[in-house]
Amino acid sequence: MSDRDHQREDDRTPGSHQASVLVQVATYTLGLVLALGLTAISFWAVRTHMLWGPGVPIGLCVLAIAQMGIHLVFFLHITSGPDNTNNLLALAFGVLIVFLVVAGSLWIMSNLNANMMPMPAMMSPQAQP
Amino acid sequence: MTATTEWRDTRPPTSDPHRIGRGAGGGGGDRVTGHGAGGPADKRTVVGFGFWIFLLSDIVMFSAIFATYAVIEGATDGGPTARQLFDIDNAWVETVCLLFSSFTCGLATIAAERRSAVWTQVFLLATGLLGAVFLALELREFIDLIGRGAGPQRSAFLSGFFTLVGCHGLHVTAGLLWLGTMMAQVWTRGFKPNIARRLMCFSLFWHALDIIWVALFTIVYLFGVR
Repeated sequence: MSDRDHQREDDRTPGSHQASVLVQVATYTLGLVLALGLTAISFWAVRTHMLWGPGVPIGLCVLAIAQMGIHLVFFLHITSGPDNTNNLLALAFGVLIVFLVVAGSLWIMSNLNANMMPMPAMMSPQAQP
Repeated sequence: MTATTEWRDTRPPTSDPHRIGRGAGGGGGDRVTGHGAGGPADKRTVVGFGFWIFLLSDIVMFSAIFATYAVIEGATDGGPTARQLFDIDNAWVETVCLLFSSFTCGLATIAAERRSAVWTQVFLLATGLLGAVFLALELREFIDLIGRGAGPQRSAFLSGFFTLVGCHGLHVTAGLLWLGTMMAQVWTRGFKPNIARRLMCFSLFWHALDIIWVALFTIVYLFGVR
């Protein structure tokens, strides 16, 4: 079975990475260092007062997306190569659905909140904006 | 049936280098992977791709919980807010634990590909211990919050928090059980093809959990305390 796996030039599964031990370990180590660096920057960004406040959330989103990219490339070995087309297309579809669900929910709910009756007009004092 | 290499198309790539739907081996026809006489891809590829689809659908499920949390984050019902509750140092230690466990899981995959049982077990054990530390820290945080009267029933915000973080924690718990099972199976049965495939799926699962955690610590903890 494993011989056959290596002979055929099939599509590749996520996570498979054919290289020498040294290259493989170096790939994971580089991914670890990059991910640690990005995480450290995000945690530093919320504590420091050196940065312009309103810009921090956008910076945090960029750092998080970059770190997910690092995980996909260095740990799951998703590439843009021909043997990864299926994996990448499935990932693109997943990202599209995630984006629609999250952005759509936030958009609709903020729209509803903006159009809601003013607080005193509501019967329940428990209602939250 | 001739040898695999005879029917492989060796023509230079055309305008479609990715050959979508035509297999990696060559052009069109009924003899390439997944078509006619070419037969399906080997089992490792099929299993890995199927599991990748599962992981993506799991991530889609998480996106619904993330959307819920983001919508009700401000609905604290006069109770404690994220800024008052969350301990960012605890979240930092959890993040580092999970990141290193993802790394050791990758090293276990490398060792398993080389069929080194000892190193596979060593790195799987390290993965499991780091995962257990992560889970213990998360449980301690939950118990602390509930003890301070900030349980899931306090407000919509806290219901959303416990659902989202708890769901990730349940995934980590399931991952730890799976990891223990895999260590036992490698120990007793060695690297049979089916065991190797399960190990591959486990490592994909564990890396995916870390990807979800990146979104989680950013949206819940970093946005919360900012």
